[in-house]
Amino acid sequence: MLENYLPILVFIAIGLGFGAFLELAGYLAAPRKENFDKTLPFECGFDAFEDARNKFDVRFYLVAILFIIFDLEVAFLFPWAVVFQELSWFAIGAMGVFLGLLVVGFIYEWKKGALEWE
Amino acid sequence: MQNQLLAIVLLPLLAALFTGFAGSSLPRQWAHRVTILAVGISCLLSINIAVEQILDQAQPLNYNLYTWAQLGGLSLNVGFLIDDLTASMMAVVTFVSLMVHVYTIGYMKDDPGYQRFFAYISLFTFAMLTLVMSNNFLQLFFGWEAVGLVSYLLIGFWYKKPTAIFANLKAFLVNRVGDFGFLLGIAGVYFVFDTLDYAEVFSQIEQGYKDLEIPVSDGLIWSATTFICIGLFIGAMGKSAQVPLHVWLPDSMEGPTPISALIHAATMVTAGVFMVARMSPLFEQSEVALNFILIIGGTTALFMGFLGVIQNDIKRVIAYSTLSQLGYMVVALGASAYSIAIFHLLTHAFFKALLFLGAGSVIIAMHHEQDMRKMGNLKKYMPITYATMLIGSLALIGTPLFSGFYSKDAIIEAVHFSSLAASGYAYACVLIGVFFTALYSFRLFFMVFHTKERMDEHTKSHLKESPAVVWVPLVALAIPSIIAGYFLAPSIVSGEYFDDAIKVASNHDTIAPIVEHYQHPFSLALSSISHLPLWLAIAGVATAFLFVVVKPELNERLRKALGPIVHVLENNYYFDKLYINYFSAGGIGLGKRFWQWIDVAIIDGVMVNGTAKLVTGISVKTRKIQTGYLYHYVFVMVFGLLLLLGWLYWRVLNG
Amino acid sequence: MADSVNYSIISSEIFLLIALCVIMLVDLFQRDKERKLTFMLTQGSLLTLFIMGVQDLGVQETIGFSGHWIQDQFAVVLKLAIYLTAFISLLYARPFIRERNLMRGEYYLLTLFSILGMMIMVSANSLLVVYLGLELLSLSLYALVALQRDSNDASEAAVKYFVMGGLASGFLLYGISLVYGMTGSILIDEVANYIAVSGANLMIQFGLVFIVVGISFKFGAAPFHMWLPDIYHGSPSSITAYISSVPKIAAFGMAFRVLESSFGGADIHWTPMIMIVAMLSVIVGNIVALIQTNLKRMLSYSAIAHIGYFLLGLSIGTDEAYAASMFYIIVYALMTLAGFGIIIFMSSDKNDYQQISDLRGMGRYHPWYALMFTIIMISMAGIPPLIGFWPKLEIFRLLVINDHVLAAVVAIAFSVVGLVYYLKVVKEMYFTEATDSPNVSNSRSLKIAISVNCLLLVIFGLMPDRIYYYCLSAFTSLN
Repeated sequence: MLENYLPILVFIAIGLGFGAFLELAGYLAAPRKENFDKTLPFECGFDAFEDARNKFDVRFYLVAILFIIFDLEVAFLFPWAVVFQELSWFAIGAMGVFLGLLVVGFIYEWKKGALEWE
Repeated sequence: MQNQLLAIVLLPLLAALFTGFAGSSLPRQWAHRVTILAVGISCLLSINIAVEQILDQAQPLNYNLYTWAQLGGLSLNVGFLIDDLTASMMAVVTFVSLMVHVYTIGYMKDDPGYQRFFAYISLFTFAMLTLVMSNNFLQLFFGWEAVGLVSYLLIGFWYKKPTAIFANLKAFLVNRVGDFGFLLGIAGVYFVFDTLDYAEVFSQIEQGYKDLEIPVSDGLIWSATTFICIGLFIGAMGKSAQVPLHVWLPDSMEGPTPISALIHAATMVTAGVFMVARMSPLFEQSEVALNFILIIGGTTALFMGFLGVIQNDIKRVIAYSTLSQLGYMVVALGASAYSIAIFHLLTHAFFKALLFLGAGSVIIAMHHEQDMRKMGNLKKYMPITYATMLIGSLALIGTPLFSGFYSKDAIIEAVHFSSLAASGYAYACVLIGVFFTALYSFRLFFMVFHTKERMDEHTKSHLKESPAVVWVPLVALAIPSIIAGYFLAPSIVSGEYFDDAIKVASNHDTIAPIVEHYQHPFSLALSSISHLPLWLAIAGVATAFLFVVVKPELNERLRKALGPIVHVLENNYYFDKLYINYFSAGGIGLGKRFWQWIDVAIIDGVMVNGTAKLVTGISVKTRKIQTGYLYHYVFVMVFGLLLLLGWLYWRVLNG
Repeated sequence: MADSVNYSIISSEIFLLIALCVIMLVDLFQRDKERKLTFMLTQGSLLTLFIMGVQDLGVQETIGFSGHWIQDQFAVVLKLAIYLTAFISLLYARPFIRERNLMRGEYYLLTLFSILGMMIMVSANSLLVVYLGLELLSLSLYALVALQRDSNDASEAAVKYFVMGGLASGFLLYGISLVYGMTGSILIDEVANYIAVSGANLMIQFGLVFIVVGISFKFGAAPFHMWLPDIYHGSPSSITAYISSVPKIAAFGMAFRVLESSFGGADIHWTPMIMIVAMLSVIVGNIVALIQTNLKRMLSYSAIAHIGYFLLGLSIGTDEAYAASMFYIIVYALMTLAGFGIIIFMSSDKNDYQQISDLRGMGRYHPWYALMFTIIMISMAGIPPLIGFWPKLEIFRLLVINDHVLAAVVAIAFSVVGLVYYLKVVKEMYFTEATDSPNVSNSRSLKIAISVNCLLLVIFGLMPDRIYYYCLSAFTSLN
């Protein structure tokens, strides 16, 4: 069984080797003359005016997380809908429970004000 | 039946808890009403059970009430084993205890700790009953310790008195030594038999069990049973005050005498004797242990008798007399005459209680003066006490027809017929002991009740017979002191009385040769005229008469002549000195020395700046690992993972 | 294998999920700052679950849901213990969170979610379901710890817990995936079959190392214990009481399902690892606890030591020993709850109680509570007749019987070391001179809770059989 993974191992080895080779070649062959501008992080041609780790409104995360949940819901619904006709009432019930739980969660976040920006 | 048994045990406990917790808020008369009612009922029920067991030949009862815990194969139970032996002990314990309760009303009348005292003696009754009625070693041990605890409390009852505190500490420590042996014995029982239940242990003995052999030295091999028996007996030595663990008993007279003295002398100390009799099937397996018991018992019987002769404190005379009589019982145990030991225990309980209470009566009349040299001619003032004390003394020295005669005579005969190696020594001890018993008993009797009046005028003017609560128990005890032996002797000696409660191996059966004589107690008493013990006793009384009444001045001369011996006796064979000045002081000294050498030099030098410091050091170091940085934590975790992987690697490498 | 969809074997879980939804909605529309209704409903559902559980006692082993779910006496007994300890911990929590701005519906909801996770863990019959339950439990606990947002300590603890827990879950999952790769199944029964037939090869042993690491982390056993003191210390005390006690019961369920049910046939490969971890825990826990002056931290280290004793039982590998371990972990949960109960009880004002020396004068001013605390301490130290003594005795006995004498001796020696720090607390309460009366809570429910908890320790100590009987029955039914 394990031997089936041998090609992967070979690929990993080649990949690592090639990457390492390029890095090494660049390191050895390239001229190095550092100055202030060269060591600055690249900022689309502008001067770097701020630390990269700046504050970021936490509500973006909240929206992102909520999005993922409903995104997953849809991801479940698609395959279910495709074979819907062949499934029995059991499947309807199961999806009903799933959606019901999500609805409870939705009510919760709505009521808690997670959907309001201010 | 079960309810009766539960009532017997629990009533005294409940009464004790009630009076104990109510404390001084409870009116005095209620303290004694409640406890006496409880102990009285439990006494009546006990007698009822004794009658059923002994007279009606009821089947022995053995059942577990409650399983405390089940651990592996070992179950820890609370249960009762009621047979002839237990039933007799229950009757004696509750009866004596009841008498003590009644007597206490008079004796402790003015004491501020009145309620507390009643709580203690009721609790004592409870503890003693659990011990006696137990059907397993664990409960036995519980009762054993509980009795020890109450005894500790009772001796130190007057906790403001420094001597009392010293005495109770002493009793406590000496008993711990015994308990250590006892606990080892119990552990041994569990190790060999794998159970703590009496019945199972005994049936295993009967069916043969795998004994273990332990080499003591080259060529000398003891069986595990010997170790168990000696361990258990060391426990008995502590509780039943056998040499060399006897030192606590005379000091225990510091408690409110003579009540606590009585509790100790007539009840608690019998626990050891009872325990050995209970374990008779076990002890029969080990001749080494029996020889050991014979030697200890004989020594106690004789040498404590010597001490009784030189005491001047009335309670101390009786205390040493108790020690000596306990020695007799233990000798009987060693000679495999367990039933005789219990017989002597029963009769002794009556007449010794009588003597203690009589002494108490004297002490009350003398305004708490206990020195016999300041008494004399009390027979004029206290006729009832006088008569009952005479009965008690006669019973103690073994006058024919009195109860002490039958039990003591049987012990002497049994030792005589014993074939164990130590029986010769024990026989000599008990025979000579008879003389000294008579000597000290009647020395006390003559000094207190005859001779001239040596007390001061004030005391003399108040001398009168004690109140009824004091003398009624005296009379109540005097009757069995006379007749108990006569009626009990035939059935006890023939073995009918205890049936299967006591087992004796046939080659140890020392009672068989004398059974015939004891079927006719009256003619036995008559024929004793031709036996040595009676003449020894008479000689003892005569000597006492000579030295105390006829020619008291001889006393001094003899004392001078025997100077060194008297000195040894007055110092209680230097036991106290040995224990306090050498063992404990030596222990302390040794400790100090060790402390200097080992602690200061090695431990402080190497180990604290070794162990203690090492532990703290490691602690501090380990705490330093707890930096609070997440990456350190993850590092330690990965390190742990690598550790286990390394272990796996190592294992694979080594197959 | 039984009928694939058999709802009767997950009725408790279904009930709890429905109850959760209802409580969540009810809580949303509540204006009561005290959250009385939420509290009552939560406790009510726990009680109902308990009653349902009691009726399931003595149940026949049933496997359902394509072999992913199992209902047996083992699961029932553990669930009962979980309900009981969770119930007590919520009683403790109420007065505490009221004064700390923590009285929010989420407190109860997250607790219930974690209980659901634990129920799934102990009833799981496949490695994946075990993992699912574990994650539900862990995520709820991370959130619980982070609940006190205005406290730096709590936030720090939450982040540490989350990162470390994530790492440990990763290890566990990696181990499971290796086992899956080798055996081709995540069903516990099939893994066990594979091992019975072909034995455990190197890859499975490799996976086992990771699984053991993951499980040891959940218990907080050394050397995977680093997170534990910080998290216990940093979390609000009522949450510490909860996370230090109840999830350990479930973790035992998980350990048993994963290690014994799946790899029972290969126990020579994992029992020595558990033994190593156990000994390290006993040693590290006891030694470090010695120098702690902060009671909460001392209890954390003592928890590590307790887990060490418990794991020793697990490492023996006989049914009797599993029963003893189960007994130990349930008793441990009760004792730990009581231990942190002290901290809650002493810090019911705004200021948090922390130092052992703050207990000075308890013996004089609050003799009843001093007695209660003494009971807790000597029960933890394992002195008879209190309950802490019995499981310890049983584990030592089994160690000796199964020829692990050295381990037993070391463990006993370190439990003597343990005596020192437990008795130090007692000494502070009774023998150190105090200038004034220590501050205690005046909440009546807390007073009742701690008294009941301590008296349970005494009563169970007098009849240890009752719990132990059920622990044993869990394993005889397995055979």
